[in-house]
Amino acid sequence: MNSTDLRTMVSAADARARARAADELVRAAADRDGLIDVAIGTVASPIGELFVAVSPKGLACIGFDDQDRASLEDRFAGALSPRVVASARATDDVRRQLDEYFGGARRRFELTVDHRLMSPFVRKVMAQTARVPYGEVSTYGAVATGIHHPDAARAVGAALGSNPIPIVLPCHRIIGASGGLTGYAGGLHRKEFLLRLEGDPTLFPG
Amino acid sequence: MGTRTPPPFERFLDENGAMVMRFLVAAVGPEQADDAYQETFLSALRAYPRVRDDGRLDRWILRIASRTAIDHHRARARRPEPRATVPDRPLAGPEPPDGALRAAVAALPPKQRAAVALRHLLDRPYPEIAQILGCSEEAARANVRAGLATLRERVS
Repeated sequence: MNSTDLRTMVSAADARARARAADELVRAAADRDGLIDVAIGTVASPIGELFVAVSPKGLACIGFDDQDRASLEDRFAGALSPRVVASARATDDVRRQLDEYFGGARRRFELTVDHRLMSPFVRKVMAQTARVPYGEVSTYGAVATGIHHPDAARAVGAALGSNPIPIVLPCHRIIGASGGLTGYAGGLHRKEFLLRLEGDPTLFPG
Repeated sequence: MGTRTPPPFERFLDENGAMVMRFLVAAVGPEQADDAYQETFLSALRAYPRVRDDGRLDRWILRIASRTAIDHHRARARRPEPRATVPDRPLAGPEPPDGALRAAVAALPPKQRAAVALRHLLDRPYPEIAQILGCSEEAARANVRAGLATLRERVS
């Protein structure tokens, strides 16, 4: 008997496979006992897999698949709580509503929002943006005027670019005064996709 | 002093899960390991918002796992329930060569069993084992020595 025998008795590879299976038990029990402060999950979509985070206060974040998930999770841990745990159940309502939206069956989201990842200014910009209905667009300048900072179109642009909950908080509906799409944190191709989905006929004639 | 919020729990689970499972399979046995694993990480999750990351959260989780393992033995001793032995290998075929070692490890007193697993499975140095088990370094060495002596005696 030596320590090599002990090591082969419980191999690292077996332990790893067994741990990954048992992780599911840990997540289920954590959900059952109300120990998840930030539930994370993924949602398949036509603009790539979306990464969603939901807290007891509501939807906190939607990330695109080219964003760095590890740094998003770090942000949740620092700003919300380190109890970040995957949960299909807790993210299910968001998944269902996003599916309906991308299927054309939903024009507005019925989700409570956790605003903690936004500064007060970003929050104000988002509230103004949320007034632009499905299928319509507005401009950076109009949003700036709407929040009584008519000279702040650039700051509005930056705030929209930092939107932690794209799609649901519809920053894609804000475009340049000349009609150009201008910019989108998730990439212009996604902005164009969302606007086409919502079917603004004036934006893409023909 | 460089202490900060711990990493997102999913990452912590991913980084430490295999090590904790390896320890628990040795410390409580394959049949109880999944239960003990779940208990260990749930205890950790309960305390997680208050934990400061000192860069050695692996010691913290092993301390919880050791306590869980020793409690498991106490609970079983209090209420010995008959339990069908579930073979963790296919039924047919010869007795696995490490069957005797498994039985001998299972018969060790819980603290010796945990100490042997920390030293000879996870290769932890004695000062760490002492910290994890909440005893002196002397006592950690004594537990490993006694455990190994018993194993050598029972498994030639």
